[in-house]
Amino acid sequence: MRRYSAFAIAREAARYHQGWERAWAAPEPKKKYDVIIVGAGGHGLATAFYLGKNFGITNVAIIEKGWLGGGNTGRNTTIIRSNYLQDPSAAIYEKARSLYETMSQDLNYNVMFSPRGVMMLAQTESEIRGYQRTAHANAYQGVSTEFISPQRVKELCPIMNIDGPRYPVLGALWQPRGGTARHDAVAWGYARACSDMGMDIIQKCEVTGVRSEGGKVVGVDTSKGAIDCNKLAVVVAGHSSDLAQMAGFRLPMESVALQALVSEPIKPCMDVVVMANTVHGYMSQSDKGEMVIGGGTDAFNNYTQRGSFHHIEETVRALVETFPMVSRLKMLRQWGGIVDVTGDRSPIITKTPVQNMFINAGWGTGGFKAIPGSGWAMAELVAKGEPGPLSAEFGMNRFIEGRFIDESVAAGVAH
Amino acid sequence: MSTRLSNTGRLVNRSAVKNFTFNGKKMQGYEGDTLASALLANDQMLVGRSFKYHRPRGIVASGGEEPNALVNMGEGARFEPNQRTTTTELFDGLTCTSQNHWPSLEFDVGVANNYVARFLPAGFYYKTFMAPRAAWKHVFEPIIRQSAGLGKAPKEMDVDRYEHFYAFEDVVVVGGGIAGLQAAKAAADSGAQVMLMEQTTDWGGRAPVDGAVIDGKPADQWIDETVAALEAMENVTLRTRMMGAGVYDHGYITGYERVADHTPGDGRPRHRLWRIRAKQIVTATGAIERPLSFAGNDIPGVMLASAVRDYVVNYGVSIGEKTVVVTNNDDGYRTAIALVEAGLQVPMVVDARSEVEGELPNKARDLGIRVEAGKAIGKVKGGKRVTGVGICLQNGEGGALEEVKCDAVAMAGGWSPVVHLWSHCGGKLIWDETQAHFRPDANRAPTGANGEAFVLTAGIANGDMGTTEALASGDAAGKAAAKAAGHKASRKAAPKADVVAENAMAPVWIMPQNAGPDLRMKMWLDYQNDVKVSDVQLAAREGYESVEHTKRYTTLGMATDQGKLSNINGLAILADSLNAEIPQVGTTTFRPPYTPISMASIAGEARGEIFQPLRKTPMHDWIENNGAHFEPVGHWRRPYAYLQDGETVEEAVKREVKNTRRKLGLLDASTLGKIIVKGPDAGKFMDMMYTNMMSTLKVGKCRYGLMCNENGFLSDDGVVARMDEDTWLCHTTSGGADRIHGWMEEWLQTEWWDWDVYVANVTEQYAQVAVVGPNARKVLEKLGGMDVTKGSLPFMEWAEGQIGGFDTRVFRISFSGELSYEIAVPASQGRAFWDALMEAGEEFGVQPYGTECLHIMRAEKGFIMIGDETDGTIIPQDLGLNWAISKKKEDFLGKRAQERTFMTNPDRWKLVGLETLDGSVLPDGAYAIKEGDNDNGQRNMEGRVTSTYHSPTLGRGIAMGIIHNGPDRMGEVIEFGKVDGTMVKAKIVDQVFFDKNGEKQDV
Ligand SMILES: Cc1cc2nc3c(=O)[nH]c(=O)nc-3n(C[C@H](O)[C@H](O)[C@H](O)COP(=O)(O)OP(=O)(O)OC[C@H]3O[C@@H](n4cnc5c(N)ncnc54)[C@H](O)[C@@H]3O)c2cc1C
Repeated sequence: MRRYSAFAIAREAARYHQGWERAWAAPEPKKKYDVIIVGAGGHGLATAFYLGKNFGITNVAIIEKGWLGGGNTGRNTTIIRSNYLQDPSAAIYEKARSLYETMSQDLNYNVMFSPRGVMMLAQTESEIRGYQRTAHANAYQGVSTEFISPQRVKELCPIMNIDGPRYPVLGALWQPRGGTARHDAVAWGYARACSDMGMDIIQKCEVTGVRSEGGKVVGVDTSKGAIDCNKLAVVVAGHSSDLAQMAGFRLPMESVALQALVSEPIKPCMDVVVMANTVHGYMSQSDKGEMVIGGGTDAFNNYTQRGSFHHIEETVRALVETFPMVSRLKMLRQWGGIVDVTGDRSPIITKTPVQNMFINAGWGTGGFKAIPGSGWAMAELVAKGEPGPLSAEFGMNRFIEGRFIDESVAAGVAH
Repeated sequence: MSTRLSNTGRLVNRSAVKNFTFNGKKMQGYEGDTLASALLANDQMLVGRSFKYHRPRGIVASGGEEPNALVNMGEGARFEPNQRTTTTELFDGLTCTSQNHWPSLEFDVGVANNYVARFLPAGFYYKTFMAPRAAWKHVFEPIIRQSAGLGKAPKEMDVDRYEHFYAFEDVVVVGGGIAGLQAAKAAADSGAQVMLMEQTTDWGGRAPVDGAVIDGKPADQWIDETVAALEAMENVTLRTRMMGAGVYDHGYITGYERVADHTPGDGRPRHRLWRIRAKQIVTATGAIERPLSFAGNDIPGVMLASAVRDYVVNYGVSIGEKTVVVTNNDDGYRTAIALVEAGLQVPMVVDARSEVEGELPNKARDLGIRVEAGKAIGKVKGGKRVTGVGICLQNGEGGALEEVKCDAVAMAGGWSPVVHLWSHCGGKLIWDETQAHFRPDANRAPTGANGEAFVLTAGIANGDMGTTEALASGDAAGKAAAKAAGHKASRKAAPKADVVAENAMAPVWIMPQNAGPDLRMKMWLDYQNDVKVSDVQLAAREGYESVEHTKRYTTLGMATDQGKLSNINGLAILADSLNAEIPQVGTTTFRPPYTPISMASIAGEARGEIFQPLRKTPMHDWIENNGAHFEPVGHWRRPYAYLQDGETVEEAVKREVKNTRRKLGLLDASTLGKIIVKGPDAGKFMDMMYTNMMSTLKVGKCRYGLMCNENGFLSDDGVVARMDEDTWLCHTTSGGADRIHGWMEEWLQTEWWDWDVYVANVTEQYAQVAVVGPNARKVLEKLGGMDVTKGSLPFMEWAEGQIGGFDTRVFRISFSGELSYEIAVPASQGRAFWDALMEAGEEFGVQPYGTECLHIMRAEKGFIMIGDETDGTIIPQDLGLNWAISKKKEDFLGKRAQERTFMTNPDRWKLVGLETLDGSVLPDGAYAIKEGDNDNGQRNMEGRVTSTYHSPTLGRGIAMGIIHNGPDRMGEVIEFGKVDGTMVKAKIVDQVFFDKNGEKQDV
């Protein structure tokens, strides 16, 4: 791999940028791989990356039905934080957050991780208590958070109206090393690194069947023919239930549309990420200057990547209330993604009834931030066949046992 | 130079002069001008700077597709960034400034980027700025952010008003050009209820500019007559200034009406968002002309040919004295002809096609215009304004044959139908080889719930280029839509237009065809975002091959115009780089809105005090006027405490607790949920909803009940009263009433639809007052009426009767541990009853108390609170509430779940009381910390605080919490971690801190 740097750009500029290589190869599938990963979203690609990096497993194919990073990885609002309440969540999200800190250097691809700070507003007495509880938990989970006063909120985010009138800001849970990153770059950076390790990323190839013999996985059928494997890792977010069905079992999961929107770009006016759960909306400003706004999920299941307009309305209303300046901005674009939501809204990183087939899914409305940590944990599960500490609690048996990892406890939304 | 002409301008009213300023410069325009046409009339071509290289930018278009001419508009509370001048109506007093430059529009430091543009190709930022690590956040990112963005952020609170309208229509026609007008007419003639919307101020679209003749009349006349006919029909609604913004599932369409943008402050709402359900939608949204990709095509003065024509014909504004027209089709000649007819010069029409014949080119030649076939523009001279062009062979490499002096260039690259609204909800496109554009594929239209198409398309939006064809498809779409909406199609024939024969266009994606890399680096695709032909080619070379990858890597089409001008040209370049066909490459997804709409219009009226409905109890005003410190509880606002003169909140709470325990307190409990469950199967239903046995509750009795969800977790609690044989009244928490009502309905409607049970939420039908404290009975007896003595109304019973002349229902229940009556009266009597209690209670020391006092009193008694002791992960067994779980029932919601292994695990944390050793208050939400770390390096924990208060009654901190094996560890001292890492010691105790035997409440 030719390294990216300012010097490389200068070198190429001299020859009209004709000398740049492909960021990742476009191979035809081989007959067989040690590991097939289905889904070239962030989680699938990160799984591949750590299989190679941590376990030296590089005879790997990543099979993607569309274009890599084109699922929710390429349509989310990129909030990264780890101030989760429950121990297993805090552990994996903090692992991910810390890996984001060095991701640009690790991948030699600038993913623009911007630890600008994330605050979650408390606007009711019960939210205050919820966030104080989280702050206490975080203090002993190794996650650096702080419950801050309304005045400090205003200092950090001057465009906010903290005085209500309906829901004055009473404080906020503040994670200074939370932030955002460039979502496409995360997928592209991993793809480039995986391709460089000799892995095959096969785009526009849909997995249509899972083949097993004697309860053990042996390969997949795809739109480009059958491909064999020793191990199969399914990392397809909203389509996980389909893949599970192909393998003959069901997942405790539903797929719903989650929407987001951006304003037209304006000059910098907001340096932090703000989430307001009582009124239900959250916002940050992208490096391009757009206000990036996220809202709620539809209450019905679907696969259309469109959502209901009233959710946009609800979200924008909440934002206008919280940031009055939003009123005179314009909505440039709205879109939706299909998110995979489990019974307790926490992910599943698990063995399955089919031997050597593993599933990583259920990141729902908040899995962008988890990408490196999830890939790390999933690679360990796939390589060793048994979960390591990061994923131990996320097996899908927890739904049979009633051992939920419920984060809605602390916040209504989990982005 | 651009200027106002004296002889043209069909839309401007020269007798109405409008004054405005641009960058502080005073200018004048006319009524009917857009801000763009007025700026051009004042020779203000340079209006902004591009996003990345800060290159000078001029106006290129005349409508919603304009990428460049965006300004900061207005001042103070009416300031707004990124206003598109081409769609902004001029009004008197308008002020605006140009954007994205420092220190000035003419001299912008940011243009330095332009000089190093070679080092800033597409995606350069992914390849650099990586070292040292901290530099991204502290150095590079701030610089990039500062140079990006466009307009300034608004600062003040918006003073304008916005509203929502709702409509239900048979047929909605979007676009008031001739196809749309005809579609609306045909649908209306067929008897359909029709709405026709047009985004500009004028009907008719392009036809009058292009000189169409319809049914033998000039287009303007036909348009006036058709509009008049539509206006006269009762089944037709006509709206101008209203854009079809988005099409959603099931015929839902949003209309964005800019009611008063041009009359700020006149009291009308500024924008109105229409939310329309249509049985059928016809998109007659027209088409947008494409630029041509030649080196220097972004220099101010280079414009779309159709826009040049619009400015001359509609506004009487000439773009330049000498305009070179460059084209790949016949339509470009219309511009040349219009200019010459207006007395302007066209030194040359540069036509990329090798053969140029036909009506329009020949007419141009007859007018003396020099037409050069097979030629291209190799370069454009000029910096902030075009001064000339170099002509070359189209099939060459760009070697200059000749230089032509000019001050404007009009590019005609062919037309792309506006397919956005068609596509929003899944309509598919097909590639039309001859016109080189995507148009709607009628066989793959968006479909509704019945599987039938609900969007039709008409006119040039459907790729029907000729006037007659456009009228015919409008007519057909109108009739088909009416028919699909259940009407009989009218039999009137479609109007006909005079035919102008046009020869085929030639798809030309770069000029000249064999341009080298140096020229391709100067061919702009996306003017605002500075994406060039070379950038798309670079993306393809680096493997960003999917259109979505190319778009995201180069930012092509991601600017505020969302690629209306650039997308097709970019796609063609990408396809060429990949050696693929354009339709194989496909388009990016079209997402609403069509052009940006104000956030304020989406929010509508709901802001400030009425942001969400504010629910008020009958006592609300009294509460507000008596010192309430409010807290939001759902959509209610409840008094947290009542502050007396000079008191702090804490002092008030303390006083309220003491007064209620010693004398008499009143709580407005009206927000408490009240749900009636009634019917022959109500008992069976109640037994399923509650963990307790409710069917055996005797009429006249009350019982405290628990509700769990299907996962076994405790979700609500409250006292249930049996009203009569088949009626129960369920009290829920204040925040839970609507949720529980919905929950009951869900089960009844989806699972137990055959049970004879009805539920009704009567929360707001009753006002409820908790009369609490040792003097509670005294005040009721003073008011007089029903017997409220212990003998006739014992604890946990209820009765109906009169008190002080009010019809009441009295419940002997207590959440405070005191003698307590919860008394419901009809909501209309609530305030009077409250007043009566306050007055009668005076001699007994009555004081109102708020929610915090309520919380403290219940905590002193060890009563759990939903939301404190529960959080969605707690089962009743965790809270020692096994006594409230019926062992006799076969089933109830949550029963099976509570039998799962993790739920029956003896290691679950269980509820106990906690007392700090030093009497201090335990921090809210603190965790009990144990020795050692877990496998992930986190400290081990063994419990947590669920409620913690200072008890004024006991004068010390009290708390409840759930602790590992808690109930078996009474007296043990454990440690709670504070956020700063220090520890607080607390003893595990019984959770009932006060009046353990319940002597006070049962008197
Ligand atoms: C609007 C929105 C906002 C969000 N905001 C945030 C946020 O602010 N912060 C945050 O942390 N998270 C956020 N999320 C969630 C986050 O985007 C996701 O959790 C995360 O990106 C999921 O990544 P993934 O790799 O699991 O899934 P994806 O990126 O969806 O990847 C799955 C891939 O599998 C492929 N696939 C599916 N079926 C097949 C098949 N049969 N064969 C081959 N390939 C297949 C898909 O094409 C897709 O590329 C948001 C999500 C949405 C929709």
